[in-house]
Amino acid sequence: MIADLTRAERLWAMLILGALGLIGLAMAIGGRNDLLGIHGWIVLAAGLAGFIAVMRGRDAPEPGAERLHEYYDAPTRVGLILTLLWAVVGMGVGFWVAALLAWPDMTFDVPWLSFGRLRPVHTSGVIFGFGGNALIATSFHVLQRTTRARLPDQISPWFVLLGYNLFCVIAASGYLMGLTQSKEYAEPEWYADIWLVVVWVVYFAIYMRTLARRKEPHIYVANWYYMAFILVVAILHIVNNLAVPVSLGSAKSYSLFSGVQDAMTQWWYGHNAVAFFLTAGFLGMMYYYLPKRAGRPIFSYRMSIISFWGITFMYMWAGSHHLHYTALPHWVQTLGMAFSVVLLVPSWASAGNALLTLNGAWHKVRDDAVLRFMALAAIFYGITTFEGSFMAIRAVNSLSHYTDWTIGHVHAGALGWVAMITFGSLYSIVPSMFKRERIYSQKLVEVHFWLALSGTVIYVFAMWNSGVIQGLMWRTYTESGGLTYSFIDSLVAMHPYYIARAFGGLLFLLGALTALYNVVMTIRMPAPAPAPEDAGLDIPAKPALQAGE
Amino acid sequence: MPFDHDTVVGFSKSFGLFYLVALSVIALVWTYWPSNKKGFDEAAKLPVLEEEDRPWRG
Repeated sequence: MIADLTRAERLWAMLILGALGLIGLAMAIGGRNDLLGIHGWIVLAAGLAGFIAVMRGRDAPEPGAERLHEYYDAPTRVGLILTLLWAVVGMGVGFWVAALLAWPDMTFDVPWLSFGRLRPVHTSGVIFGFGGNALIATSFHVLQRTTRARLPDQISPWFVLLGYNLFCVIAASGYLMGLTQSKEYAEPEWYADIWLVVVWVVYFAIYMRTLARRKEPHIYVANWYYMAFILVVAILHIVNNLAVPVSLGSAKSYSLFSGVQDAMTQWWYGHNAVAFFLTAGFLGMMYYYLPKRAGRPIFSYRMSIISFWGITFMYMWAGSHHLHYTALPHWVQTLGMAFSVVLLVPSWASAGNALLTLNGAWHKVRDDAVLRFMALAAIFYGITTFEGSFMAIRAVNSLSHYTDWTIGHVHAGALGWVAMITFGSLYSIVPSMFKRERIYSQKLVEVHFWLALSGTVIYVFAMWNSGVIQGLMWRTYTESGGLTYSFIDSLVAMHPYYIARAFGGLLFLLGALTALYNVVMTIRMPAPAPAPEDAGLDIPAKPALQAGE
Repeated sequence: MPFDHDTVVGFSKSFGLFYLVALSVIALVWTYWPSNKKGFDEAAKLPVLEEEDRPWRG
């Protein structure tokens, strides 16, 4: 890692890490009477550890100019491993909180083991830890291949990757201590938010600088999706997190918005986090890795452009469907509903485009679990976007909102779409990224596939059942007009589904652990021996064609 | 023009409609413009080209 840096970059790295350590020290001193101080110590430790690592490696010989004839993949390699580690953490905590809902006594009266503190560790862990690292790692890979240009330097990709993970650690440790600004998916407090803005600006700059040096005249559509993800997430993050801290020595801050404006800003952010973090970025992944793995160009490039602009124009206006039947003006709710329904067009254009690309390569989907992960992701993407458009309709929402149906919908998207496309893409690049001939065990990929699929199906069906039952119980009236069921009645009815949900989540977690094991074993496999030149043996250059090919 | 609720709503409901329609028309025309087809067809082949896994310049 440090041997990759030029001398000037090592100096820059030490300056940046030294400054980070000083900021941590200032936070630790200024926030000594506050939880901010603990985060100060964490930042100081991160800065110091990095500084010492660079110091120790600063005398290594400089990388030669031959590095410029290779893509810079070291950050992608580390990013892939971080992706899997966060998957295990995020999904592990997810399984635990699912079990807590079925057996609520398991908090053991420890504050940081309570549901309210652990749940954001799960959501941030999977969305930002697992999803975010996967997006950063794959975006660096796709960007270089589709532009035929190396990343602009060796230090900014590390700044983005490691800085982003520092944000994730600050976020998760803050939740456990009880630090939150109480905005869903935007829980981290003001100092973590400012740090993420810095990291994100550098991320976008890497994209711009690499594109500026590209060889390909046309910017491949996957990059559009990745850039929409980076740019829009920056806008959403900055606006939704506008807040004034109580003091520079306090972790607590107050939002600039209040009342229904606050709610609207939050759900404009929240739904577009789904749109641009969990959709646009992963569509970028799909538009590169799926055609690549299938060995067929995307079915319709024009359709991918139409879907791109459709998604970017329309998602922006859909957020208000989270606020049906609230103080939000009725016309704004209707606007969100209408845009959500129309969104089905670009969403299905992408899902259809992916499946039509596979049309003619179904035998590969049958034989190759990696491509099957991607095919299944496209199917789940189609299912989830249809369900989402449907649930945004006000009358449907009156049944589904505040129930487990929403949770089922989110997980159909997160497990079925986001995680499947991520695992498929990850398996497809791990061998080449770590310079191995193949993945350690194709069988374990197969095991992972079936664990992931069965886990997702069990999870989603459990939540659909419990959600609809909840919704119906809450709106059943007696003859005299009172409610037939108390809230606790509906809770008791949920118990078996909560157990089923925890079991589905456990299967999915086991799949992620299988992936981590398989990737670690792939890295530990001996590197392939360099091809014997002119050995005089009559070995076919390519494996014989399989039946059906 | 006062910067009150009704003005903002009026602006959103009028300008908001027109600029979205205009952007959609521009995107559609550009996508289906006949001379753009060749570039798109070539771009679509990018992920499946079996070329050397190296950047184009040192």
